Amino acid sequence: MNAYNFAYLDEQTKRMIRRALLKGLAIPGYQVPFASREMPMPYGWGTGGVQVSAAVLTPEDTFKVIDQGADDTTNAVSIRTFFQRTAGVATTTVTHDATVIQTRHRIPEEALGEGQILVYQVPIPEPLRFLEPRESETRKMHSLEEYGLMHVKLYEDISRHGHIATSYAYPVKVEGRYVMDPSPIPKFDNPKLGDMAAIQLFGAGREQRIYALPPYTQVVSLDFEDHPFEATKADHPCGMCGAQDSYLDELIIDDAGGRMFVCSDTDYCEARQAAGHKGKDAA
Amino acid sequence: MQADTLSGGFADPSIGSSHAFRAVMEAMARPGTVHGISGAVPPAPLSPAAGTVLLTLCDTETPVYLAGAADCEAVRVWLAFHTGAPLVGPAECMFAVGTWDAVVPLSSYPVGTSQYPDRSATLIVERPDLCATGAALTGPGIKDQAALSLPEVAAFHSNRALFPLGLDFLFTSGDCVAALPRTTKVS
Repeated sequence: MNAYNFAYLDEQTKRMIRRALLKGLAIPGYQVPFASREMPMPYGWGTGGVQVSAAVLTPEDTFKVIDQGADDTTNAVSIRTFFQRTAGVATTTVTHDATVIQTRHRIPEEALGEGQILVYQVPIPEPLRFLEPRESETRKMHSLEEYGLMHVKLYEDISRHGHIATSYAYPVKVEGRYVMDPSPIPKFDNPKLGDMAAIQLFGAGREQRIYALPPYTQVVSLDFEDHPFEATKADHPCGMCGAQDSYLDELIIDDAGGRMFVCSDTDYCEARQAAGHKGKDAA
Repeated sequence: MQADTLSGGFADPSIGSSHAFRAVMEAMARPGTVHGISGAVPPAPLSPAAGTVLLTLCDTETPVYLAGAADCEAVRVWLAFHTGAPLVGPAECMFAVGTWDAVVPLSSYPVGTSQYPDRSATLIVERPDLCATGAALTGPGIKDQAALSLPEVAAFHSNRALFPLGLDFLFTSGDCVAALPRTTKVS
C-alpha cells in the first residue's frame, strides 16, 4: 500500500489505546487516561478521535467522517483522506454504509445499528472542568460521586435565564454513576446517546482521555423535576429537504437579514432531497 | 522447542491484531456474545484464542500472571519472545491467563482504586467451551437479556458489587472469545 504502518500508529501505541478502550467500555462514562500521541494535525482538529479510529479500524471497514454533521468540511475531508491514505480503508458519506463513523459535535440523524462504531472527537472531556480547574479535585469528585456542583451550575442557568440555557455539551449521567461530557454535541442529540445499538467511543487527544458507552447503556441528561430536560432545535423545517425532525444550522444568505435553516446532517438532507422531499428554499 | 517459541505469532501483526481487537472489543461491549478470534498459535495449554488475545493486548508495559498449567516453560518463553511482557504474581498483574480453577481466588487481583478504577486486572479465563446458554446477564451492552456459560455465578455477583471497581473477564475457548465486564449483573 505505502510506507505507513496500517492506520498510521505503531503497534505498541495501538495496544495502549486498545487497552484503554476496553477499560472504558467496562466502566461506562469513566475517563481512562491514555498516553496520547502527537498526530500529524494540530490539537483541536480531532487528534483524540483519530487515535481511537486508528486503534479500531480494520482493512474491511468503511469509514465516514462528519464535522458538525457535514461530510464536506475541511476537518472531515482531511481526516477521511488521512485514513484512506494510511489504512487503505473504503470511505463513504452514507451513514448506513459506514462501519466506523468519526464525528465532531453531532450524532447522525439516521439511527445507528449494531455493527457500527461512533467515534467522537472531544475537546474537554471533563464535565466539571469549568467548575473546578484542578484535575486532582475533579478526580476526587468523580470517585466520591460528588456532582452537586453540576446541579448548582444548571440551577444558576435557571435563576438567570428562567430555563436551563446550556445548549451543547449538556452533561449526562451514565448508568446512574459517572457524570459525563457527551462532547459538544447539541443537546438535541442527547436522547440518542442512551440505548444506542452502536458502540460509542470518545477520544480527547490534548487532554489524554478515552471514554466509552457500550450499546444499550442508560444515559440520562441531568435536570430538575420542575425543569425537565428538553431536546431543543430551531423551530423551523429544513429549507432544502423540509425535514421537521432534524437538527438545523442557521445560514445568513444576504445583507438584508435573510436567513434559511438547513439540516446540519448533510447525508440525511441529501438522501431526503434525492427521495423527492423539497423545502421552501430548494432551487 | 526453539522453533515453537519463534513461531505462532500473527502472520501480519498489524492486520491480524486489528481483527483480533475488534472481536475482543465487540465481546466486551456486548457481554454474552461469542466472537471468533484467531491469528496466533500459542504452545499448549493455551488456546489459540487466549494466545491471540495476549498478542493483541500485551507488551512490555503489561505485567502478566500465568496461572496454573499456563505457567510452563513453553508458554513463558513464547510470551517473552512475542510480547516481552514481564511475568508477575496475581497481585501485580494487568492480565492473568489460566483456567477458572487456576485463576481463583479473585481476591488476589488488583480491582483498581476509587480514583483510578481502570487500574484493575483483566482475567483471560480458558473454558472448555463457550455458548450463549446458562447464567442470565443484564447490564450495559445487553439489550434485554443475554446468557453465557459461566464457570459459576457467585464470584461474578460479588465482583459486580464492587463497581466501579472490579475485574473484567475475557473467556476463551478454541478460537472463540466472550467477555464479562464488571458492569454485568449475573443471575
